[in-house]
Amino acid sequence: MLLLPLVRLRARQTDRRTDGQTEMCTLEKRGNVFVLAITGPGEHRLNPTLVGSLRSALCRVREEPNCSALVTTAEGKFFSNGYDLSWAQNHRDRLELMSSELRALVRDLISLPMPTIAAVTGHASAAGLILALSHDYVLMRKDRGFLYMSEVDIGLVLANWFVTLIRSKIGSPAARREMLMKAAKLTAAQGAAMGIIDSVHDGPEETIRAAIRLAEELVVREWDGHVYAANRMVVLREVLDSLGSDEAVEAAANRASSKL
Amino acid sequence: MCTLEKRGNVFVLAITGTGEHRLNPTLVCSLRSSLRRVREEPNCSALVTTAEGKFFSNGYDLSWAQKHRDRLELMSSEFRALVRDLISLPMPTIAAVTGHASASGLILALSHDYVLMRKDRGFLYMGEVDFGLVLANWFVTLIRSKIGSPAARREMLMKAAKLTAAQGAAMGIIDSAHDGPKETVSAAVRLAEELVARKWDGDVYAANRMVVLREVLDSLGSDETVEAVANQASSKL
Repeated sequence: MLLLPLVRLRARQTDRRTDGQTEMCTLEKRGNVFVLAITGPGEHRLNPTLVGSLRSALCRVREEPNCSALVTTAEGKFFSNGYDLSWAQNHRDRLELMSSELRALVRDLISLPMPTIAAVTGHASAAGLILALSHDYVLMRKDRGFLYMSEVDIGLVLANWFVTLIRSKIGSPAARREMLMKAAKLTAAQGAAMGIIDSVHDGPEETIRAAIRLAEELVVREWDGHVYAANRMVVLREVLDSLGSDEAVEAAANRASSKL
Repeated sequence: MCTLEKRGNVFVLAITGTGEHRLNPTLVCSLRSSLRRVREEPNCSALVTTAEGKFFSNGYDLSWAQKHRDRLELMSSEFRALVRDLISLPMPTIAAVTGHASASGLILALSHDYVLMRKDRGFLYMGEVDFGLVLANWFVTLIRSKIGSPAARREMLMKAAKLTAAQGAAMGIIDSAHDGPKETVSAAVRLAEELVARKWDGDVYAANRMVVLREVLDSLGSDETVEAVANQASSKL
């Protein structure tokens, strides 16, 4: 398969832990399929820098709406471990920025004029799991990695919009309770049985290959990308409406300031 | 357009003719007239809706409407009124799907309390995305009230899957699949008789259905896609 690197998006961000510079994500096109990969061996925490890079990549993807599809994946042990809470340090302005950037990214995905597939090749937790579920199809490696909505375990209240999105994707109230109120750490097999993900695959490479194969099958339908997006937006109308605000930011910031 | 007969306690409303049974105002008005007659006998009754030929219904009559705003509006508002009639009908309703049901034709079937289908032929198909059309909000609201699995809704609405009766039953879109059109109608009439034996007050039955489908009723007030299609058409002139 010929890989045609399109653009490698790097953020010149000083990693405060290693003092190195961090490449955030790469975007390439393989035939008709855009492959957006979050790079690096870390936790891929959804701070504004990473989210900004992902949004830039999606701007590029959006330019080719017909006969295209998107596969989003990640390198290393993590798909994404959620918000960058140690960067935010409970500062209201940082929490607000992180939330509004993620909501904008989710809006970008829901309005993207082509089918979208998450190839989950590592742990997906909290906002990281929300990122995966913001795709039309979710495939995951079966041998490693957990799906985990950790909020109740770490003393956080779920954002309304997280729950609205989850309700639009996971139909079983019992499955939603397991995820959201029991903070279950689910394997891919459990996720598939519970209707949280679509299918499981042997290892990261096979997961990405299966995602690309599915993408190619969808491209063959020759849908008008804008019509496809408009229909997705009707189906997920309630989710779009919920992206306008995030009351959990207020609550977290207030809790932090009340401890001063 | 359609016939209405009563077999014992069961009204059988059949869309007649060998064509696609496109939901233009003429056919929809005939169906609504029949439902007005049905409504006169609310107790110890049930309704089975079926159709002759290869199609249950293949959707809106787009070649009649030809993207004229007034025709699109009329077709949409008449169809929404028909769905409101079905949701407020004072007796149980069963669709016996004996042929293809596509787009608004599938919506018509799903506007019944129970959906039975022949297993040997016919597809369930929401083809909008294949034809460059955007789904109406109220279609999606109705589908969400009847089909609980987000994956099934995605297959139908975002992948435009052509589903057989067996697939439809597995995905929770229809209730059961039967051998051929006659057996489908017979099974529907049998189910109708079982429901009649419960001796429900028809108006109470309808009121309960309207509580269960409240969100759907609320969504029937408007159809934003009519504006959109009409604008698209006029922007090409």
